[in-house]
Amino acid sequence: MLFNFLDFIRKNSGESKQVAKDRLKMVIMNDRVNMQLIEDIKYDIIGVIKNYMEIDEDNFQISIRQSSNNAAGTKMPVLFADFPIKKIYKN
Amino acid sequence: MTEIIVVTSGKGGVGKTTTSANLGTGLAMQGKKVAMIDADIGLRNLDVIVGLENRIVYDLIDVVEGHCRLKQALIKDKRCDTLFLMPAAQTKDKDAVTPEQMLKLCNALREEEFDYVIIDCPAGIEQGFRNAIAGADRAVVVTTPEVSAVRDADRIIGMLNANGLGSPKLILNRIRPQLVKKGDMMSVEDVSEILAVDILGIVPDDENIVVCANKGEPAVINSNSPAGQAYRNIVKRIIGYEVPFMDLEKKEGFMGKIKKLFGA
Repeated sequence: MLFNFLDFIRKNSGESKQVAKDRLKMVIMNDRVNMQLIEDIKYDIIGVIKNYMEIDEDNFQISIRQSSNNAAGTKMPVLFADFPIKKIYKN
Repeated sequence: MTEIIVVTSGKGGVGKTTTSANLGTGLAMQGKKVAMIDADIGLRNLDVIVGLENRIVYDLIDVVEGHCRLKQALIKDKRCDTLFLMPAAQTKDKDAVTPEQMLKLCNALREEEFDYVIIDCPAGIEQGFRNAIAGADRAVVVTTPEVSAVRDADRIIGMLNANGLGSPKLILNRIRPQLVKKGDMMSVEDVSEILAVDILGIVPDDENIVVCANKGEPAVINSNSPAGQAYRNIVKRIIGYEVPFMDLEKKEGFMGKIKKLFGA
């Protein structure tokens, strides 16, 4: 009984700081980024990609999400861009 | 020259009023002439924290509406001759004042040759916040090492920047060294990394603060209080001295020792 109790204390301590940091980074990132900024990024990216391929601009999606752990074991917010490719230009 | 400092946080309950009271009192203890302004119209509290609630006759609204002279609404502190409090009105709400009126009030205080004016900002990002920052020269942001408080601090820092109060300084309040050591509380480094602002001070969680609030005496006058020591350090940094941050590791409470014994 006592051992179970000690196990309980140990299991529930020591790692929550990193969880807090990861959650904070994500939430602050989203707070800082407004929709206009996302639209601006989208517009600029389309401009660059257009030089190389034809994409479906209506179904172009951009979002900020939490990544899985990186090499250092910490989570980072990541900018995701999903753009359906219609055609890749030959040089 | 008068320096007007607004103490703000976004989130309520992180220690803005306690910080305002301790900074004001601490600066006065250093011989500075200080006015503390309670800008939390409708929910005044600074008067109770410094123990001057029974001496209020006129308040901030009376001054901005011209019902009394500036000096009549400045209550002299019990302990420091150079410390004054301008209480907030309790019967009005935040819309009773405009940023223009606050700016005028701040300019009037500059003419009274105060060294420092400390403005205790209400929680939130609405009218009360805009009023409190209107006449300030610089801002201090108070936060605790919790996700919600740090998130709100980030919002407030963004709004201060947008309103011409760039590079605010941060006070990290209610740090619990044992929890930080265990990895269960964000450290000063963690918070400053996320918010990317300079740290003005770190204040340990201290039971004395509760006792001080009960008595209406700021912790900064209590030489045995760790939080009081932290505030005295912050005050010196505001005046311009270089003071190293407190070593929080040293003070380990009784419970901390017990827990260590059990290996928790």
